[in-house]
Amino acid sequence: MDQATVEQTNRSVLRPMGMSLSIEQLNAWYGRKQALFDINLTVPPLSVTALIGPSGCGKSTLVRCLNRLHETIPGARVEGRVIANGLDIYGRGIRPMNVRRHIGMVFQQPNPLPTRSIFENVAIGPRLNLGLRGSRLKELVERSLQQAALWEEVKDRLHSPAISLSGGQQQRLCIARALALEPEVLLMDEPCSALDPISTLQVEELITYLKRQYTIVVVTHNMQQAARIADRTAFFLQGHLVEEGETQQLFTHPRKKETEDYISGRFG
Amino acid sequence: MSVPMPTSPSSTLQSGESHLHPFLTTRSSLNLRRRLVNALVVLSTTLAALFAAGLLIYLLYYVLSQGLRYIDLDFFTQLPTPNGEPGGGMGEAFQGSLILIALASLMGVPLGLFTGIYLAEFGRGPFAQGVRFLVDVLNGIPTIIFGLLAWVLIVIPMQTFSGLAGGFALGMIMIPIVTRTSEDVLRLVPRELREASLALGATEARTILQVVLPAARNGIITGVVLAMARVAGETAPLLMTAFGTTFWNTDVTQPMDALPLRIFQFTLSPYQQQVNQAYAGAFVLIVLILLASLAVRLATGGFKQR
Amino acid sequence: MSQERVSLSKARQQWVGWQRMLRVQRPGDLFFRGITLLFVLIVLGLVAGTAWILISNSLPTIRRFGFSFLTNKAFDPVHDVYGVLPAIFGTLMTSAFALIFAVPLGLGASIFLVDFCPRPLRLILAFLIDLLAAIPSVIYGLWGFLVLAPWLHNAGEPWLQQHLGFLPLFTGQPEGVGYLGAGIVLTMMILPLIISVSREVMLVTPIAQREALLALGATRWEVIRHAVLPFARVGILGGVILALGRALGETMAVTMIIGNQANEPSLSLFTPGYTLASVIANQFGEATPGLFLSAIIEAGLILFIITLITNILARWLIASLQRQAQGSRGGRP
Repeated sequence: MDQATVEQTNRSVLRPMGMSLSIEQLNAWYGRKQALFDINLTVPPLSVTALIGPSGCGKSTLVRCLNRLHETIPGARVEGRVIANGLDIYGRGIRPMNVRRHIGMVFQQPNPLPTRSIFENVAIGPRLNLGLRGSRLKELVERSLQQAALWEEVKDRLHSPAISLSGGQQQRLCIARALALEPEVLLMDEPCSALDPISTLQVEELITYLKRQYTIVVVTHNMQQAARIADRTAFFLQGHLVEEGETQQLFTHPRKKETEDYISGRFG
Repeated sequence: MSVPMPTSPSSTLQSGESHLHPFLTTRSSLNLRRRLVNALVVLSTTLAALFAAGLLIYLLYYVLSQGLRYIDLDFFTQLPTPNGEPGGGMGEAFQGSLILIALASLMGVPLGLFTGIYLAEFGRGPFAQGVRFLVDVLNGIPTIIFGLLAWVLIVIPMQTFSGLAGGFALGMIMIPIVTRTSEDVLRLVPRELREASLALGATEARTILQVVLPAARNGIITGVVLAMARVAGETAPLLMTAFGTTFWNTDVTQPMDALPLRIFQFTLSPYQQQVNQAYAGAFVLIVLILLASLAVRLATGGFKQR
Repeated sequence: MSQERVSLSKARQQWVGWQRMLRVQRPGDLFFRGITLLFVLIVLGLVAGTAWILISNSLPTIRRFGFSFLTNKAFDPVHDVYGVLPAIFGTLMTSAFALIFAVPLGLGASIFLVDFCPRPLRLILAFLIDLLAAIPSVIYGLWGFLVLAPWLHNAGEPWLQQHLGFLPLFTGQPEGVGYLGAGIVLTMMILPLIISVSREVMLVTPIAQREALLALGATRWEVIRHAVLPFARVGILGGVILALGRALGETMAVTMIIGNQANEPSLSLFTPGYTLASVIANQFGEATPGLFLSAIIEAGLILFIITLITNILARWLIASLQRQAQGSRGGRP
């Protein structure tokens, strides 16, 4: 039984309920500088959770802890647990690369592989992880590009270089690249901050559409954006989780003074 | 069904969960192959690095340890003894090298620096591109070609090997090094500095000479030191120009010795005493290069990054 | 993105303004500019002069032998017959040998240094490699002549002959000096150069590219293979060609160990031979005006042309690859 079939079996078992993440007592450091302090947060499955806060508050560090990317920075380390559907991603016997292929990530700056074609950029994940090739790979690439709402724009030039696309298209290409691995969770680190308003709108619509199938965690410095797309929102300040709750409730009736100051624009 | 069942790390896997948790399906042949390839690459690159570093460190260590044994004060102050008799040194080689480097700098530094200024300050358009290209070509030419050039231009007409010819050949080698480093550091001088000077009414020439050049001074000196260190070790272009001698000589119209030249000739010598002195010379040359590159690193803060 | 564009165009305006200020010229400025231009012209003259001197002094042998200078095996002052076939063969043979071993070794070592090496060790090794790249060739020659050649003669070559003697590469009389020794010394000389250049270009791979691969669940090797190497390949190629140029023109280290004999071109690595540079270094001492002198200079001219082509090829290659990358980036709407 090949890897791809195993993955599909998994999918049929897991997809209906989606994946939840529960972050327990998470601490993170860059060298000696501590960036996150005792974070406890639950991310419900098949929903959009927004992480907001002023820059340097640790929200990006947190998403990078969720797919074990933080520890790849020299000198950086993490303590605590992140339980994904009952299994700690920092537990013994868990391989980071296996975590990363099931918890996809989209970065702040679109980062397609510049020397590869549009097709290759989407195909690389399944090619490496599932050994897919031929028509099954083509189908998967097409499906991923459709999911990322990019297919119509690129279907006639799949083999032109990825960097010939515009910034917004590049970001959707990166989303398609993450989706091609059919992840359970999609992490997005300020996915719209490098995009123009129209592309931002497209990506936001995409996020709302994708949450039917994926658990999404999105970092944003834009509170309107969080209000538009997120089911739940968590507010961070200086490495601490200040408040977390239903988006609607957090923006209209914040429980903490700091949250109120921040969302009313008094600082940050 | 032949789904590879992972042995579950039971402490983390809570009861009631599917055994097909996605993070645990690593035991497929594909993932095994990927991890194997990765391990092989790590192993082979480590071996390559160990082999390369080991070989080169061995060479360095061997030459240094052999050379250290034969170094004393006489080595720097005395002339070689005839026919490999004990004692003596290669004082004339140090003297000659100093004179040759000074001659080379007299030619290479101004030519290289002014070309660098031209390229950095006025270097636009196809002409400057052509100059840049030719300077790079000059840098890629084997140094023995400059020896040939000086031989034809100076040695043959003068009918004698001379320090002058050697200095000329070494100067040709210095030009592209000084040009490229000074162009690079001059380009790093902030534009605001020039604008401030021009806004105060200084002329372009004054701005460059009194504002831009002093700001780039450390970088330019670094480039000159690098170029000097480079020509201090050059042997090939001196073979047919300075030629070498085993006597004191400050007359640049006569054959002149140089440290690498003396190392070369003593290496091939039938006398063990001279071979030992070749090792000692190699020791001194390596230490000089080491000091120059340390100085350059410290000046440019090269240890901070990476 | 739009913000970025605004600041870019602002910078461009400033630059144009600064250029305009420069155009306001005063006599002193014109004089200064003239002086720098004069020095540039002197440098250009020196380059052109080098080419002219080499060509004009090669004319006697060019007229006398024509292309047979390239195919003639003898370099014989007694009968006044000159050819550099053995030297061209030796130059190519030793340089190819060096590249075959130094490129994979150097690339492997630089991958290790950039990606797998523990941090403290990395700094020390990197400094050492840069130092070794600056060690003069006469030192490598000294080690080659005093240590490597005797060892090859007594142990290395007999062993190769015994175990791999069925290959034409390892036939003939073990002499210590020859292509094998020269190839090994050249390998060691260009190794630090290749490591140093490829390490530098691999280091500047954007982190975003590495993380793109990491986030897809790639192994460390897959990150290198799909993010680092595609980014660094142009620079690595440039470094390799630079190293090739160095190997082709290397004089001292090769002269001290290659044996300096104008033998028939032979596949045997044990054969003592010549390279273009070592012909010059060995023969100039006895040169008499006329064909002999001209033959030495023509050997230099050929070396000059070969390294010129190598250099131009490298720059053209790198420039065209850069253009390609920029062209596709410029296509952004």
